Amino acid sequence: MADAALPSSIDWSNDRTVARRRRRHAAERRLRYYGLAAIMTAVGLLALLLTSLIYNGYQAFVQTMITLDVTISEKYVARDNPREGNYRLVIRDSLRSLFPEVTGPADERALAQILSSNAPYIVQGRVLDDPSMIGRTVPITIPASDPFDQLNKGAVRRASPESERRVTDKQIGWFDRLDAEGRVAKPFNWGLFFNADSRLPEMAGLAGAITGSFYALLVCFLISFPVGVAAAVYLEEFAPKNRWTDIIEVNINNLAAVPSVVFGLLGLAVFLQFFGLPRSAPIVGGMVLSLVTLPTIIITTRAALKAVPPSIREAALGIGASRHEMVTHHVLPLALPGILTGTIIGLAHALGETAPLLLIGMNAFITQPAGGIFEASTALPTQVYIWADSPERGFVSRTSAAILVLLMFLITMNAIAIYLRQRLERTW
Amino acid sequence: MLDASTFLNKPAGAVNVAAAGATEAATGETKVIARDVSVYYGDKRALHSVAVNILARSVTAFIGPSGCGKSTFLRCFNRMNDTIEGARVEGTILLDGRSIYDPELDVVELRARVGMVFQKPNPFPKSIFENVAYGPRIHGLSRSKADLHEIAVTSLQKAGLWDEVKDRLNEPGTGLSGGQQQRLCIARAIAVSPEIILMDEPCSALDPIATARIEELMDELRQNYTIIIVTHSMQQAARVSQRTAFFHLGNLVEEGLTETIFTNPSEKRTLDYITGRFG
Repeated sequence: MADAALPSSIDWSNDRTVARRRRRHAAERRLRYYGLAAIMTAVGLLALLLTSLIYNGYQAFVQTMITLDVTISEKYVARDNPREGNYRLVIRDSLRSLFPEVTGPADERALAQILSSNAPYIVQGRVLDDPSMIGRTVPITIPASDPFDQLNKGAVRRASPESERRVTDKQIGWFDRLDAEGRVAKPFNWGLFFNADSRLPEMAGLAGAITGSFYALLVCFLISFPVGVAAAVYLEEFAPKNRWTDIIEVNINNLAAVPSVVFGLLGLAVFLQFFGLPRSAPIVGGMVLSLVTLPTIIITTRAALKAVPPSIREAALGIGASRHEMVTHHVLPLALPGILTGTIIGLAHALGETAPLLLIGMNAFITQPAGGIFEASTALPTQVYIWADSPERGFVSRTSAAILVLLMFLITMNAIAIYLRQRLERTW
Repeated sequence: MLDASTFLNKPAGAVNVAAAGATEAATGETKVIARDVSVYYGDKRALHSVAVNILARSVTAFIGPSGCGKSTFLRCFNRMNDTIEGARVEGTILLDGRSIYDPELDVVELRARVGMVFQKPNPFPKSIFENVAYGPRIHGLSRSKADLHEIAVTSLQKAGLWDEVKDRLNEPGTGLSGGQQQRLCIARAIAVSPEIILMDEPCSALDPIATARIEELMDELRQNYTIIIVTHSMQQAARVSQRTAFFHLGNLVEEGLTETIFTNPSEKRTLDYITGRFG
């Protein structure tokens, strides 16, 4: 045979073979360094993103509040009709009592600007909650207006020339006096989570966006989970392998690659214009998002079903289980962790999806959280979009804060997915 | 519709099947008659016109080198080949005189009557009790919970596993050793009171002690069940079976009493295989 062609003995220690081995080891080391460098880059970019978000956004998690002793005089607020009271004058009088030296309409207006222009409504709300306040003097905490909130947080520099900032030296003096009297505080900004959107940054919150996202995801889940799992089970367990199922398979993969803005256009044309569903409503958002998640759910469910060993199917069929029993009693329960993981990841994807929601009008200005899936609402990513577009200084940090809240939801969902996968995964 | 008597009274169709004729059918009741069975995977023909008679309450062994079609043939008896994409079975297989490929016949009923034990132990990832109780439950074989428990216990006893698991019926079946898992699979098959048990290399994943245990069990089970076993081990075939069929390249080369096949085969290929000259 070819034995003659093989070398009889190999010298493993001559220069050529040693150099060759060294090159092979060097190549291996290089590959490892490339991998390490790639991971460092990815982690670095992620860290950069988070740092800049936290740096820009942490200020939005606190809010400058000013506590005033407000006298709810019967002169302005009638006991039998507190809703119609003149709360602007109530505020004016309580400021006058604090700053007796401030006179004249221009100065008084400048003084009132320290408080959020929503202050009369806040006092009104407190009085409506507790009408016994009328005729008494009560301490009420009111958010500072955005320029003073920024001043208090250091975003507006006192050293800059007066003409370049929105607060005058005189106003700064009044604010500092309030501060010296201990009336200014910077507590955690619960309003960020419990208020709906507002034109005033100090009043704006994410409650509307969070409820909108919740309803949209609920609708999305209710549509895409059953449809996706049923489609995957049919394709994987029952469908014959022929040209039609091949075409369906290719198209599902194509669907996963369709830019989401296209689904938004589809939603606009079909759900809104043809079916006449309400604009900006979470139900339409959820329907459009279910188109985005459906391919993800189908593909991950099929992968999960494929991962169930064939021996389990044979075992079930071998003792006379029907295909339906094989699937529902054995295959689906074993595939469930994978299916749930895929579904949660699909929903997390949907939570961050913006473009389709913009097209169906979920970027409207809505000052009340939606009471149901048919009411107009925004969603978290569209709220980020709206705030990022707003000129007020306070919305800069609020945009970052909203992104952080969105990321927090995404991380929570992914963590649940990982937990479920590890908790429910079986070995056999 | 063909009936059993036409086959029993005539010499077997295939040339090679010397033993499966009418004379030996008299020594025991014939449970299954297969005639002219061919299996195709797509265009590839895996089994060529095989004919064989399986006697009731005995162990029949299918032997042969890898890829000879013995497992394929075994899977014809409970129509497990139906589950393989592109597989097609031709010919006739009669179970108690009735064709199992009759479109009227419910494959669910067939598989309850013809149980199967697989090469790799494949208990469900459920409790030991649930593994055994699953079959009776889906077929509605028990009228009460106590009934079901009784069936499970009897099945485990018959499979020789009861003493080892009686204290841990609620522990997962997958936690047992390989040999115990395989006996659990046998118990699961027995639980639906099958008439035939097909065993596809049931010991190939087991150590010699577990193998010996299963072989003993087969010997006990053949009092009540018809057993067909596919095996790679000729010694195993010689030890456990009463009849042996030798397959080669998709053909049934020779079928007969195990004793005859191993001591005095009529085909040269059989002799070559059992003496280790190929395979």
